[in-house]
Amino acid sequence: MKKLMLGNEAIARGAYEAGVKVATAYPGTPSTEITEFIATYDEIFSEWSPNEKVALEVAIGASFAGGRAVCSMKHVGLNVAADPLFTVSYTGVNGGLVICVADDPGMHSSQNEQDSRHYAKAAKVPMLEPADSQECKDFIKKALELSEEFDTPFIIRLTTRIAHSQSLVEIGERVEMPLKQYNKDIGKYVMMPAMARKRHVIVEERMKRLASYAEETELNRIEWGGSTDIGVITSGICYQYSKEAFGDVSYLKLGMVYPLPEKLIAEFASKVKTLYVIEELDPFIEEFLKQKGISCIGKEKLPVTGEYSAGLIRKEILGINEDTAGLQENVPVRPPVLCPGCPHRGVFYTLRKNRLTVTGDIGCYTLGSMSPLEAMDTCVCMGASIGVAHGMEKALGDGDDRRRVAVIGDSTFIHSGITGLIDIVYNKGTSTVIILDNSITGMTGHQPNPATGYTIKGEKTRQVDLVKLCNAIGIDRVRVCDPFNLEEFDKVVKEEVEANEPSVIIAQRPCALLKTVKYEGYVRVNTEKCKYCKVCMRLGCPAIVDTGDGIIINEALCGGCELCLGVCRFNALEKAGGSNE
Amino acid sequence: MSNVSVLIAGVGGQGTLLTSRVLGAAAVKAGYDVKVSEVHGMAQRGGSVITYVKIGENVNSPIIEKGEADILLCFEKLEALRWLDYAKKDGTIIVNDQRIDPMPVIIGREKYPDDIISRIKAGRSGVFVIDALKTAKELGNIKVLNIVMVGFLARKTGIKKEIWHEAIRETVKAKFLALNLKAFDEGYKLAESYSN
Repeated sequence: MKKLMLGNEAIARGAYEAGVKVATAYPGTPSTEITEFIATYDEIFSEWSPNEKVALEVAIGASFAGGRAVCSMKHVGLNVAADPLFTVSYTGVNGGLVICVADDPGMHSSQNEQDSRHYAKAAKVPMLEPADSQECKDFIKKALELSEEFDTPFIIRLTTRIAHSQSLVEIGERVEMPLKQYNKDIGKYVMMPAMARKRHVIVEERMKRLASYAEETELNRIEWGGSTDIGVITSGICYQYSKEAFGDVSYLKLGMVYPLPEKLIAEFASKVKTLYVIEELDPFIEEFLKQKGISCIGKEKLPVTGEYSAGLIRKEILGINEDTAGLQENVPVRPPVLCPGCPHRGVFYTLRKNRLTVTGDIGCYTLGSMSPLEAMDTCVCMGASIGVAHGMEKALGDGDDRRRVAVIGDSTFIHSGITGLIDIVYNKGTSTVIILDNSITGMTGHQPNPATGYTIKGEKTRQVDLVKLCNAIGIDRVRVCDPFNLEEFDKVVKEEVEANEPSVIIAQRPCALLKTVKYEGYVRVNTEKCKYCKVCMRLGCPAIVDTGDGIIINEALCGGCELCLGVCRFNALEKAGGSNE
Repeated sequence: MSNVSVLIAGVGGQGTLLTSRVLGAAAVKAGYDVKVSEVHGMAQRGGSVITYVKIGENVNSPIIEKGEADILLCFEKLEALRWLDYAKKDGTIIVNDQRIDPMPVIIGREKYPDDIISRIKAGRSGVFVIDALKTAKELGNIKVLNIVMVGFLARKTGIKKEIWHEAIRETVKAKFLALNLKAFDEGYKLAESYSN
């Protein structure tokens, strides 16, 4: 049976069919759905781990125990998981182990555009790259088999257009894989210098065997076209773009992007007149060719930044400028915004009002940096808000007015904020950290996390007690406050920023999109009382509209959260609708 | 049949993702190769959202570029204008005549253009401006405006009505099935009144 599937869903299906026992992940666009779909299969134990490093360690444990395991993350997550990655390359596996990493060329939903293929080379781990959903399913099954055959973890590299495109997939049945016997073997599983030195030799031998495997495998294939005037070496989504742009020319489609097949490439190169390498982001394949003395055209014509497309290839390589109408002018942009009813709005309104410097973090709340809230100063990576605040304090020293807070979501705090907070306490900082506890991981589409008390399957579990946790690491000043209680929240923020010791404010109010959150009715403007002072506009609520001669509420968007009632000094905003009318 | 490209444009929350899935399912049932491309994450928070559906004998690239869309299905008129250049010059453009202000307009920094429909119609013949929101309201749930739009679009394809019904049955939650089928039929009927 054929089914239309997202690349991510096809990865999940492949893991299921290949008898995977354990699947772990930390959510991150565009990888999240892999593990969400896996969680629908009861035959596989699946979990949201606190971060990618833990996720990979759990998958490694499952593999050592003899079960097949899959660990998924977005490209920046692999940075977090890099530590175990580089050493599991040395230990090798027992049950098959595959790491799925989703890159985001064009940065649809990411803070950088890094190319994960470098990790394969640096960690000496083979990497496959599928070009559609069918290959997603086929490749993960193949990678699990090869992982066991070559005693190495495998990486599957996806990009946004593979992960989030649907195409047809032939569905198969699950084949149960009995657990492989675990044998104690400190030479293989305990990486200390004496053992690791021996394992490194094994890794280098393994890479050689994999390089010769790359020459023969059907994962890499030559498609001779009607013409050999043009030859294209490509992989992943760029194969699709190339096919559409070049048509009936010759292709070397690489399914295995590390290690690369030197002989196969040389053979292909020798038979075509002009050789192009088409790859998004860095010149990973191109540099290999140039190092081997094979001339080709790649990044001299095509960019290192952003996504490619068939049109871009036609334009930059074939010199075909498509005849399209000019761009439409005067179209106001539509940036993403915090939703109506978003609990973060109360926090950022207050921080802005107090003119605080805000070190920020990764999540929906990064939108608090946008106009009109403009209440965030920095955003680097998961957890960075806390370390950055501490570093600012230490650099500014005695002259520091300390009018500064770090802002971090509950899931991000669990991911990698705790260690930063311990650092503040240990190294005698006085920063204030606001944990935005909205009871869910919001931006990636509502995944539970350790602070919510629910597992990936929605089962109840022990909930991290954030107050006790902060107390235990040495924070005495921990306040829990509802950010929609603007008066109280403002007071708490002022007091904690003033305090000459580290403090944590837990801003507690659930995400407005949660089913358990039920606001009623809507707000309306009493035009007799409204002085058009526009203070309510500072909330950046999409339901509050400045028409140019007054304020109106877009009733279709307003969810009735009533936050705006608290900012109007003239009581011109009134609740309407709902059960009290 | 040569490939048909449908670009669906809307505002986060209007249901473009579900729409693309219904289109994809219908095309598969009709025996075609299909690719559907979506973007998740940050873009969904009230931002401009587009999805691509490409249907044909063999589809390679999942994305649609400027001047390539046979059909532009737009849930909001400013989004129609924004993505207009992605339509072929003789392409079909179906616009839900609804205005949703983006943040720069809401805060009074920019103006919502008042000549959108005339700009879209300029030099084009295949433009259909419909009030899907009104139809959805009459059905009692504004959320189904996306399926009303699907119904309208269905008339412009060679795929039979029964196949569309099956695709909707497969894609939407059982609880909302009856309502969605009705929404589809209303959109389909609406397209009849427009046929020339």
